[in-house]
Amino acid sequence: MIRVENLTKYYGDVCAIKEVDFTVHDGEILGFLGPNGAGKTTTLRIITTYLAPTSGAVYIDDLDIAEHSAELRARIGYLPELNPLYSEMPAYDLLVFAASARAITGRRFKEALGGVMETCGVREVLHRPVGELSKGYRQRVGLAMAMIHDPEILIMDEPSAGLDPNQIAEIRALIKELGKEKTVIISSHILQEVQAMADRMVILNKGQVVADGTTTELMAGFQGKAQLTLEVKNATEDSVQGLAVRFPEIRVQDQKLQDGVSRLELEYPTGQDLREQIFGYAVESSWVVLEMSRRQARLEDLFRSLTVEEGGALA
Amino acid sequence: MRDQLQISARHVAIIFRKEVGSFFNSPVAYITLVVFLLISGWFFSSSFFLINESDLRGLFNIIPTIYLFFIPAITMGLIAREKSTGTMELLVTLPLEDWEVVTGKYLAALSLIGVGLLYTFVHFITLTFVGTNIDLGAIFTGYLGLLLVGGVYAAAGIFCSAVTGNQITAFILGFLIVFVFFMMDKVLFFIPGFMAGTVQYISVDYHLSNISRGVIDSRNLIYFITVIAVFLILTVRVLEIRKWR
Ligand SMILES: Nc1ncnc2c1ncn2[C@@H]1O[C@H](COP(=O)(O)OP(=O)(O)OP(=O)(O)O)[C@@H](O)[C@H]1O
Ligand SMILES: [Mg+2]
Repeated sequence: MIRVENLTKYYGDVCAIKEVDFTVHDGEILGFLGPNGAGKTTTLRIITTYLAPTSGAVYIDDLDIAEHSAELRARIGYLPELNPLYSEMPAYDLLVFAASARAITGRRFKEALGGVMETCGVREVLHRPVGELSKGYRQRVGLAMAMIHDPEILIMDEPSAGLDPNQIAEIRALIKELGKEKTVIISSHILQEVQAMADRMVILNKGQVVADGTTTELMAGFQGKAQLTLEVKNATEDSVQGLAVRFPEIRVQDQKLQDGVSRLELEYPTGQDLREQIFGYAVESSWVVLEMSRRQARLEDLFRSLTVEEGGALA
Repeated sequence: MRDQLQISARHVAIIFRKEVGSFFNSPVAYITLVVFLLISGWFFSSSFFLINESDLRGLFNIIPTIYLFFIPAITMGLIAREKSTGTMELLVTLPLEDWEVVTGKYLAALSLIGVGLLYTFVHFITLTFVGTNIDLGAIFTGYLGLLLVGGVYAAAGIFCSAVTGNQITAFILGFLIVFVFFMMDKVLFFIPGFMAGTVQYISVDYHLSNISRGVIDSRNLIYFITVIAVFLILTVRVLEIRKWR
């Protein structure tokens, strides 16, 4: 179990993260989600002991990482952001280096090498300098390096950044597979990615945790807006305004299409289903309903509402 | 305790191997070595044939000057390059201690200096064929002295490589520090009397000249080892400060 307690980190005067608190359970895949500059990399660097926090602490199985640094690093596999590698070294030499630093040599290395060649698909590039490899293969080599010692904890900072859709699908499948036995933290600024892989997510914004839970848990507490799109014939001006009067919680926007068809965009808080009443009203007003479709509030809306600056350009 | 030492020695060896590998993967090592050999060879032959000296004094006198450029060029990338390419993050999140990393890198630089000195043995062999009255003891201690001076300069160089993320800056900084050590004995004349003793004691030349004369005094050895240790400890400290920035 990884316990992150009250982490705060200042770079000079810049506060990168503030009182960040969360827990990762054994065998769980945690998605660490946040927009650019939210503090994901900073937090992961502290967990992997690359940086020290200004205040706060991280415990792995109740051991403080500040006191048991080397011992705990031995149990972690880390894929840093941008996957830095010694570009002049062949993948094989890199793996030998990473393995020997973790006291894996001889027959044990052969076994470990066989394992990562299988899982990460690096066999065909083993003897080429990593600087000459495509980004996808470099990423695989980085992952193979992080996994050569079969670590119980795997921490990956944006593992799919810069990969093509096929490679992304592959790496997601790989991470899901790894997550069956290992404790995994992946960071990403892409919600779908985290949703596809993670058991649980922690959403970070401007250095602070703004949400923590499974998709269902997060959505339960979220008061988003449901949207209903109606295409109707014979809708008079008056009857459309009457709709807004009858249901004050609905926001109505209408748009005239040709041949007396109007498109109505209705918005109301989630948690209630007004389709029946609205249909009733349409019949009452002798509208001919051509189309009715509903869009529920989704996790994207939650993510946006949590991370987009209010009144900012993106809102 | 002994187990711990063995583990550390293994870690140092791992870093050492990686560094030596990357030296010979980049042209910098070859170029600096060749330049070192050319210049030292030229100075040897000019003193050997022109002045007709049958010892290595010409060579031994010039090597500390060649070191001024040779050693910062070797050490500039040791840490600065890891910082600029981001591989530092990879390196220090392995279960190795910072001091093991620094020691491994330092020894790799020292061994490259050793290779350079070893090549100058060619001149020594020439000497044994044609020279007379060769003072073997002085030649041995001469080499020892040069290795120790190289050790001091390399320790200063790796420290400079740690304080910056830029290899060129590391080179210039390294050159300046090494230059100060190099000049101290030569400007003693301008130094007020009450400080002269101290400055002389800090200067590399003073201790080197003792050793080159064939006298291995523990005071001189302690000087070299202390200066090397101070720079290496500072280097480890600088790496630790990174975490707190
Ligand atoms: N070395 C540094 N010096 C100064 N400020 C930094 C440094 N590293 C990060 N920051 C700042 O700290 C904040 C958090 O950065 P961090 O890299 O942790 O974000 P992130 O969530 O990983 O973003 P991204 O998705 O872009 O990778 C940002 O405001 C960033 O500018
Ligand atoms: Mg980041």
